[in-house]
Amino acid sequence: MIEISNIRKAYADTIVVRDVSLQIPRRGITSIIGSNGAGKSTLLSMISRLTPMTAGTVTVDGLDVTKTPSDVLAKRLSILRQDYRIGSRLTVRDLVEFGRYPYSKGRLTAEDRSQADKAIGFLGLEALADRFLDELSGGQRQRAYVAMVLCQDTDYVLFDEPLNNLDMRHAVGMMKLLRQAADNLEKTIVLVLHDINFASCYSDYIVAMRDGVLIRHGSPDEIMTREAIREVYDMDVDIRDIDGRRIAVYYT
Amino acid sequence: MPVKHLLLAAITITVLALISLLIGGGDLSLAALLSPQEGQYAAQILLISRIPRTLALILAGTAMAVAGTIMQMLTRNRFVEPSTAGTVESASLGLLIVTLFAPEASVIVKMLVAAGFALAGTALFLRILRLVPLRSVLTVPLVGIMLGGIIGAVANFIAYRFDLLQSLNAWTTGDFSGVLRGRYELLWIAFALTLLAYLAADRLTLAGMGRDFATNLGLRYRSVVSFGLVIVAMVTATIVVTVGMLPFLGLVVPNVVSLLMGDNMRRSLPWIAMLGAGLVLVCDIVGRVVYYPYEIPIGTIMGIVGSALFLLLLLKGRERLA
Repeated sequence: MIEISNIRKAYADTIVVRDVSLQIPRRGITSIIGSNGAGKSTLLSMISRLTPMTAGTVTVDGLDVTKTPSDVLAKRLSILRQDYRIGSRLTVRDLVEFGRYPYSKGRLTAEDRSQADKAIGFLGLEALADRFLDELSGGQRQRAYVAMVLCQDTDYVLFDEPLNNLDMRHAVGMMKLLRQAADNLEKTIVLVLHDINFASCYSDYIVAMRDGVLIRHGSPDEIMTREAIREVYDMDVDIRDIDGRRIAVYYT
Repeated sequence: MPVKHLLLAAITITVLALISLLIGGGDLSLAALLSPQEGQYAAQILLISRIPRTLALILAGTAMAVAGTIMQMLTRNRFVEPSTAGTVESASLGLLIVTLFAPEASVIVKMLVAAGFALAGTALFLRILRLVPLRSVLTVPLVGIMLGGIIGAVANFIAYRFDLLQSLNAWTTGDFSGVLRGRYELLWIAFALTLLAYLAADRLTLAGMGRDFATNLGLRYRSVVSFGLVIVAMVTATIVVTVGMLPFLGLVVPNVVSLLMGDNMRRSLPWIAMLGAGLVLVCDIVGRVVYYPYEIPIGTIMGIVGSALFLLLLLKGRERLA
């Protein structure tokens, strides 16, 4: 379980995340939604110890993320941020194998290699495995990063906008894959999502933020209501039931 | 790339080294070495001058190319090397100051002082980078060149005042013609440092992917950056103290190797080392042959060859250099 208590992030004169407390249960997919600048990415970044918090604590299975040695935590929790700009020319296989770094420290064992192969296969990257990242399209690169994070094989996997750069088909493919990872590999996945319909269709649990505050959390059915969405986005949106799924029609 | 290619490269380096052993003012052929009259004289040339020079070329070339690679990994910018980051100028300034205040200090002490200055200068460079909004990849080396210009100006002023301009010039322009037995051995330290860098190749590659990426994988990013900086500073100082700066080497070699085989340093570092050694050997041999029996300093040749290669890289691989 990820236990967040009273965390706050303040810069000189603005508070980006304001005293958020939340428990993220093991297994399944939790999506964080909210408008731009609501503090979603900052929250994710603090949970994963990439951004130091101003106040509060985060524990992952009882380990305080700010006090646990980074290499111990790297076997429990991984994060994929959206703004990675890796300038290095690495092949997809190189990148994915680096996912084993917390275990191998660079000396790959046969086990590490087979994990990497599995991750590459899981994302359908076999044909691209020996290509350099800078020769791939944005979507292919995104899949390579996801393969790396899965290769890291942590119980908790955090994604900041994993659907960035992906077209319709690949976005759906990615969400299905994350669902599979949650169901079959028993991962706990936390996502920052912009498309609330993806959040509605694939999450077990939705957390809504606004102006740095956690304003609602609950099952997709509880969050996908006209009132809740108005509260989160300041927008009146029609929510329809389509084949048992709640879909927000917000395009017009 | 397979081991076979690496072996081939090693053989090429050996051949170049042999050529380097045989070229120079004094007569040194196999026949001379074996003849009873001239043999002793020839052997002396070989031991006192030619072998040290050739070793110095290989050691310095290897170390400088690797130092450039490390800089590029740490700044995540392909245009950075010790001479575009204020490192060389800082090392020279340190050397100048120790020469002024403690002229009798041993060469090791001088090197360490220069390394301390180089470290401080490069750390300052990284600090400035964090403060300046980086709109383009070219901003980074421009900042470095400006910082180097300022530090260099201070060094120049001091050198001018104390009549040390010639020494300063010797430090900033690579020249192997003065390399003799007893005057180059410090370069083994630089070589040892490159071996150390090879042991940490995975960590440096990871650091090259950025702080967040490295932290996610459990790397202690700050300590790896510090480790890399110390290696770069020590290597630069050693080279400045012994043979003088080799321009462009740390820029061209890593970029060429990166284009050919990527940035996984575990794989690319042996190639970077060999190409560095090879390029320095070639440039020095050319400098010795072109105007025989006189010599053109390697710094000059390197400047011409290096800048041409660099321009080529800029024009050819533009999108990749970003």
